[in-house]
Amino acid sequence: MPLLEVRDLRTHFFTREGVVQAVDGVSLAVDRGQTLGLVGESGCGKSVTALSIMGLIPRPPARIVGGEVVFDGRDLTKLPERELEDIRGQRIAMIFQDPMTSLNPTLTIGTQLMETIRRHVDVPRSEARRRAVELLEEVRIPKAETRLKDYPHRLSGGMRQRVMIAIAISCEPDLLIADEPTTALDVTVQAQVLDLLDELRRDHDMAMIAITHDMGVIAEIADDVVVMYAGQVVEQAPSRELFARPEHPYTEALLGALPQLEDAASRTGRLTAIAGRPPDLVDPPDGCRFAARCPYADERDGCAEHMPELRQLRPRHFVRSEHPASERASAREGAPA
Amino acid sequence: MSALLEVKDLVKRFPVRRGLVIERTVDYVEAVAGVSFDIEAGKTLGLVGESGSGKSTTGFCILQLMRPTSGSVRFEGRELTELDGEDLRRVRRDAQIVFQDPYSSLDPRMTVGNIVSEPLQVHKVGTRRDRRARVRELLDVVGFDPAYVNRYPHEFSGGQRQRIGIARALALSPRLIVCDEPVSALDVSIQAQIINLLKDLQAEFGLAYLFIAHDLAVVRSVSDHIAVMHQGRIVETGPANEVYTRPRDEYTKALLAAVPVPDPDRMRERKEERRRLRGIVAA
Repeated sequence: MPLLEVRDLRTHFFTREGVVQAVDGVSLAVDRGQTLGLVGESGCGKSVTALSIMGLIPRPPARIVGGEVVFDGRDLTKLPERELEDIRGQRIAMIFQDPMTSLNPTLTIGTQLMETIRRHVDVPRSEARRRAVELLEEVRIPKAETRLKDYPHRLSGGMRQRVMIAIAISCEPDLLIADEPTTALDVTVQAQVLDLLDELRRDHDMAMIAITHDMGVIAEIADDVVVMYAGQVVEQAPSRELFARPEHPYTEALLGALPQLEDAASRTGRLTAIAGRPPDLVDPPDGCRFAARCPYADERDGCAEHMPELRQLRPRHFVRSEHPASERASAREGAPA
Repeated sequence: MSALLEVKDLVKRFPVRRGLVIERTVDYVEAVAGVSFDIEAGKTLGLVGESGSGKSTTGFCILQLMRPTSGSVRFEGRELTELDGEDLRRVRRDAQIVFQDPYSSLDPRMTVGNIVSEPLQVHKVGTRRDRRARVRELLDVVGFDPAYVNRYPHEFSGGQRQRIGIARALALSPRLIVCDEPVSALDVSIQAQIINLLKDLQAEFGLAYLFIAHDLAVVRSVSDHIAVMHQGRIVETGPANEVYTRPRDEYTKALLAAVPVPDPDRMRERKEERRRLRGIVAA
């Protein structure tokens, strides 16, 4: 059984403009020791999915209107807030894009680390302090002992994110959710932080959900990938398979839209842009949410009227489309000349 | 023939001040520490670097939006650092800028039409009627529906706003556009639309770009030449394909190795390379 299994999650926002179906059919699973990459463009619902798992969505206006979040055998959506609080921080921890907004600017790094440690385990101050130094060393912050006395603004962005990671792993969580953990960082610092996260995942046998808009980051750390579009999972596959054989027209288009670092013809070529924009989630189309931008959508097959189900194409490879790449290829071969 | 833009030994120094009541300058920070490069007409120079490397300051100093401390900026054969007032304004017709954030760089109280026609009004180009026609033409060129000319910027998405910013930069038919992180605030699919647009406009109007960005893959896709900046200096410069395939400078190597590429099979080799180069960046 996976450590975390999300089944058909629906989180809607009830606003004056209408009901925003921010998350509307998300299923995913992650095992201990594995990293699941959750990728998509802004507004696709990837962060709301994470907040829903953590029970941190703002209520009102948001509400989980359907689905289950089963963590270690228990449905978190049904748990009372008290029990959920115990799970958060102790068993599931989360880090965010901007460490400056998650750290308290008026408290030293040491105070914030020790506070978190002592909130979850009853240890004397000296013990918490020793543990804090250990954690800072584990996230490779040099001169950990003296850093304890520093305030967050004294640290660089990369160092702050390391402190956030130290706080997040202080209680040995089973699952770490990292929401765009390196988006605000320079590329050389990003590489170091990604390496660090990967090592921690291995050393602590943690499960990790890495949320990002960057396919490169996904290729770097994810074992499995979930691609989201307009509030739904549109494709799920092992990372290697997803990059080698993308099936959903959106995934294909997203990969085609990326400029390639190692492509010598990059200057002369054109990128495959995706025309148009994602649909309005207050009034999404009844059918496939990608249909309006999909080069293969066809009136005859009705994919603009009926929502395609997330279906299995190959072992561990799922897609929500009537026009996956492999079926288009075989349709062409089978067509009369 | 001389290049369209020639930058030589450009320096920008900022004072570091201390004291609340009586401020005094205690030190200087050299954001740009002696930068030189040329841009030919119709070509793109990609200026890459991490945050704080001085790449945006370089762009501002070239357009004299910030006055350089020393050095020379020759554009169309004229020394910009010596110009001011009306002379500088006249030169600016040919050198425009597109900013990173299409949310904060467009005046929210102005309509799309007014934003695009403002440079034409400032430079007293044509009659009111000519200008109106020119605005529609410009919006059409950048792929923005001219029917929305009376709307306000907040009604549009980031990609559409960036098109408005580009239309405005094009209004006076410049020869050089400084693009300061023009696509880094945009989603991948929208980013591709804007990159394609910038390439099309270059081919159509023979524009030269100084393309400032931190995303090395994006920069490669638009640049003929590359200059890599680190701590205010250019550490490596050359034809794009050469810099990307055979980087000489250790910092450039580390920077290129750090980029995550969307290919899990390549990642293993790249991680090796990265480990080898570790320590160079930290220095």
